[in-house]
Amino acid sequence: MIDIKNLTKYFGNNKILENVNLLIPDGEFLAIIGPSGCGKSTLLKLLLRLEEPTKGKILVNNQDISRLSEEGLIKMRGRIGMVFQFGALFDSLNIFENIAFPLREHTKLSEKEISHKVREKLEMVELNGVEKSFPAELSGGMQKRVGIARALVSDPSIILYDEPTTGLDPITSVIIENLMIKLARELKSTCIVVTHVIQTVNRTASRVVMVHEANIIETGTPVQTMNSKNPIVKKFISGGRE
Amino acid sequence: MINQTIHDIFEQLGLGAHLAWDTLTSILKGKTKISLTLEQMLKIGYESLPLSLTSAAFVGMVFAVQVATEFVKFGAGKYVGGVMAIAMARELGPALVGVVIAARVAAAITAEIGTMKVTEQIDALQALGSNPIRYLVIPRFIACATMLPLLTISSDIIGFLGGYFVGTSVVRINPVEYMDNAQSLLVLWDVWGGLIKTIFFGMVIAIIASYKGLNTKGGAKGVGEATTSSVVTSLISLFVINYFLSIAFFK
Repeated sequence: MIDIKNLTKYFGNNKILENVNLLIPDGEFLAIIGPSGCGKSTLLKLLLRLEEPTKGKILVNNQDISRLSEEGLIKMRGRIGMVFQFGALFDSLNIFENIAFPLREHTKLSEKEISHKVREKLEMVELNGVEKSFPAELSGGMQKRVGIARALVSDPSIILYDEPTTGLDPITSVIIENLMIKLARELKSTCIVVTHVIQTVNRTASRVVMVHEANIIETGTPVQTMNSKNPIVKKFISGGRE
Repeated sequence: MINQTIHDIFEQLGLGAHLAWDTLTSILKGKTKISLTLEQMLKIGYESLPLSLTSAAFVGMVFAVQVATEFVKFGAGKYVGGVMAIAMARELGPALVGVVIAARVAAAITAEIGTMKVTEQIDALQALGSNPIRYLVIPRFIACATMLPLLTISSDIIGFLGGYFVGTSVVRINPVEYMDNAQSLLVLWDVWGGLIKTIFFGMVIAIIASYKGLNTKGGAKGVGEATTSSVVTSLISLFVINYFLSIAFFK
């Protein structure tokens, strides 16, 4: 369970999030929507403690993540898989080495066991025969799938997706969404997706939260959100069309 | 405006010092990744060898031409060997290698780490439970601090021999006098002092280049600006440090 309490984040004088409260129970598929620059991606970074909050706290499984030691933080990050917007694959490593990276860094698994796990995760994201390729040799959609495989390799209980379908063609977007739905079902993990693609929200999420001007202004199921009476939400959903 | 600039300079100095402190304490805690460090030693040391040796040979040769021509006019041709040896060991070798590394290696380190920063690879590294200082900074820091002295000693020798070649063949200095004079004027501390200076150069270049890379903002433009700033800051720091260390070591 993730419990966000009075979370506030400023970059200099720029207010990004203010007094955000959010409870995410285990197994939920939550979509965080909102216009660009509203603080959605920052929220994900705060969850991994890649950024420090200005005020407030985040509890992951009742543990305040701001109080974790370096070792505790590494363990906590091992339980959270993050899929970055543009993959963020290490371009000096090939696909196999990218996915094997956390296993080689933090486990004592043999190379044979690592190899088995990497192939298992690549099969999960329906990619085969790309182990020796380098990230630059793959398409955007394939890079995203490798990013998902890398996020899954430590068997995390929480998966964070940052704009997983933004910039992809409609067919690849559907492939990625299907994969997200399948993984959430198979792994029973808590999933948080940050996106402004309405199709992704409708197809994957069980609950939607909308962030606007540093605050949560709407929360509900996808159907409730799509039929919201709030003019800001309505405008966002319709893309500004009346 | 001036107050803001001074504030920015001190802020950058403080943050750079903090990175240096984190790097040194992590090394003392035994958090060095040996394979990555060896890889960087090859990149920074071995791959810089052709550039540093060629530069040293030509600087040695042109220095010998200038010094020998003038010394011969005053009948002091026999001192050319000693002057060459001291100049190469104390200043020319260390400063030349420092400049070469600041230009070639600082640019490469900042561009690589800066690109990783703007493409979220640094965030990914942390999200996967790794520490960027341990994974990226320490290997480059150790490689720079150990490879610079090795590059310098080889450049000292090549520069001195370049001077010998030009001094004896072009300006007609007596080869035996050149060697004898070098042997009698050069003391071991001249060489050691020069080499110790380059350890400091290596540490400073690695920290500045890594710091600039880790704090890169924006896209390709940001990487370009960080790289330029890294080379300029490294060169200026190197010349200032060289002055004070030379005063401390050789005065």
